[in-house]
Amino acid sequence: MTWGLVFEQLLNGLQYGVMLFLMAAGLTLVLGIMNMVNLAHGSLYMVGAYLAVALTGWTGNYFAGVALALLCTLLVGMAIEVVALRTLYNRDHLDQVLATFGLILFFNELVSMIWGRGAQYASLPVWLQGHIDLFTGSRYPVYRVTILVVGLLVAILLWYVVTRTRLGMLVRAGASNRTMVGALGVNIKLLYTVVFGVGAALAGLAGLMAGPIYAVQPGMGELILIQVFVVIVIGGIGSVRGALVGAIIVGVVDTLGRAFLKPLLGSVISPPAAEAAGPALASMLIYLLMALVLAVRPAGLFPARG
Amino acid sequence: MIKPILAAVLAAGVVFALPASAQQQKLKIGFISTMSGPPAIIGKHMKDSVEIALDHLNRRVGGLETEVIYGDDQFKPEVGVQLAEEMLKKNQVDFMAGIIWSNVMMAVVPVVTGAGKIMVGANAGASPLAGAQCNELYFSASWNNDQSPEAMGKYLQDKGINDLYVLAPNYQAGKDMVAGLKRYYKGRIVEEVYTKFQQQDYQAEISQLRSKNPKAVFAFYPGGMGIQFVKQYTQAGLRDQIPLYTVFTVDETTLPALKEAAIGQYEARFWSPDLNVPASKKYVADFEKKFGYTPSFYGAQSYDAIMLIDSAVRGTKGNLKDTQALVKEMRKANYNSVRGKFQFNNNQHPIQDFYLLQAVKADNKDGVAMKILQKAFEKHQDAYHQDCKMKW
Repeated sequence: MTWGLVFEQLLNGLQYGVMLFLMAAGLTLVLGIMNMVNLAHGSLYMVGAYLAVALTGWTGNYFAGVALALLCTLLVGMAIEVVALRTLYNRDHLDQVLATFGLILFFNELVSMIWGRGAQYASLPVWLQGHIDLFTGSRYPVYRVTILVVGLLVAILLWYVVTRTRLGMLVRAGASNRTMVGALGVNIKLLYTVVFGVGAALAGLAGLMAGPIYAVQPGMGELILIQVFVVIVIGGIGSVRGALVGAIIVGVVDTLGRAFLKPLLGSVISPPAAEAAGPALASMLIYLLMALVLAVRPAGLFPARG
Repeated sequence: MIKPILAAVLAAGVVFALPASAQQQKLKIGFISTMSGPPAIIGKHMKDSVEIALDHLNRRVGGLETEVIYGDDQFKPEVGVQLAEEMLKKNQVDFMAGIIWSNVMMAVVPVVTGAGKIMVGANAGASPLAGAQCNELYFSASWNNDQSPEAMGKYLQDKGINDLYVLAPNYQAGKDMVAGLKRYYKGRIVEEVYTKFQQQDYQAEISQLRSKNPKAVFAFYPGGMGIQFVKQYTQAGLRDQIPLYTVFTVDETTLPALKEAAIGQYEARFWSPDLNVPASKKYVADFEKKFGYTPSFYGAQSYDAIMLIDSAVRGTKGNLKDTQALVKEMRKANYNSVRGKFQFNNNQHPIQDFYLLQAVKADNKDGVAMKILQKAFEKHQDAYHQDCKMKW
């Protein structure tokens, strides 16, 4: 184990964390502000990925495809909010879970009907396909660096909007005390639709960026959703800052666990035992972390409600 | 004057007799696969191939009017069992075929054989069914799970490759594939890495792999996992540095999603669309014409399963009641298989050739196709047939 490799794995962890953050930011806002458990957030991630593939093919331009896909996912998100979710805010969480689970099935089937059962091909422009040489002597894909940069830019933008703008103030107020915000004459319905749409667009952004590295197929959103829930539980529900910190912690812990847990265990216990325990423990690591955080700080690291 | 009347009477007799015998002689096949969720693409390849087989037989398997009842096991053993029971009792099927997953197969086979019907496996190659739990009513139109990695192991061994890096998902099939590889590959293994089942991101594993600088990589990543691993391997710039040898990872179900990212990939299996066998060429050509995409080995096996049933029913002259006679006919493997002429082993699994394939640039809509480079293993028998007590 060299320091160069540790650095590379940290970079991998950070990049994975940023990806999780894009998903978690939208989900945590929806859960925190609207008190809505939205299992269909993964479906918006899938919709973003599929729309980017289709629209890039249709326009023949990567940027145009990506921009249109983002816009369309935003609209899809708002439509879901207006059509399906609005009626669920005052129902209990079980009803919300059932309804949004139904949405998952609906979107998976819809996508299969339009694009077929097989995985789609997500192309990348040539200038994103290469790799850069790290000082450690190994190569790192340009595209992964791009994800990292885009994710961090989005994080800064979100931080600015949430802490420095009037909209952000309303969002924060909504997360702390929804009833009071409504009582003060804020159009809470519109606020909800906007927040949900932005959350959907962020999930779509994560999905369209995931397309070229993951498999664009029906049900792709459910695979990442569980980790995203871990992120927001660790970060604290409703907190964008918590989502960022939680996502990076989960990304780094998961990556380092997968990379170094087995060799580390091997130096403590016998190699065959490490061979069996290493991968099992590595895949449990983020859940153990979550349990630990919940034990010490039940509301997460940065709870939105004081 | 007598003659025409006699002819008329005879003709009437034939006409009246026909519906009765046709009704009795209708052949029903229950075909189970996965038609929902991400693996549904495999189910689609299988179902479309069954349809091609039916087209080739003029919709008459074994010369009898045929009905195929399709079922979706949803990737779940209990649903598979439920489907099988329904098909056997309600639909009164004469044969059962299909099934992608070993765990579903293990659950369904006892139900079918218990009802005294023949099961023809069209993908899953669970090892117990090739060994101690072999059954005269269970035939495989595919292979035993271990055979493909064994063929790859043999090729790597023959080529004298050392310092192999091994990756597979951390579940039973992943362990089995590596065990199969090691049965024939005796060179040095740098490291064996087991990743989380359904993992999406392999960048951490790829960084570890590169730091060990192996001579070759062996991986088993079926379905979406394969798409992700192969894409990320190529994006990391490893494609032209360390050759990637895989089984059940890159095939015609995933090539449309991989395209140029797969070029250079090595795979081992018993069949490929470019196999130079007349029956195979006919199957591939008609399949592409009807459905507009390239068939995969999943489809080829399903096509073969129907053709095998056809040969048995023809052999018994349409007698579906005599199961023993049907089994005897099936054991002959007397049909034009897409893999060419082959024999069944004592465990009723094929003794067949395996090939080394490579994904190469091609002039089709994906720009890539699998190409057979060489035979990796001739007349390969699975490792479990000695454990099967059946003799015939």
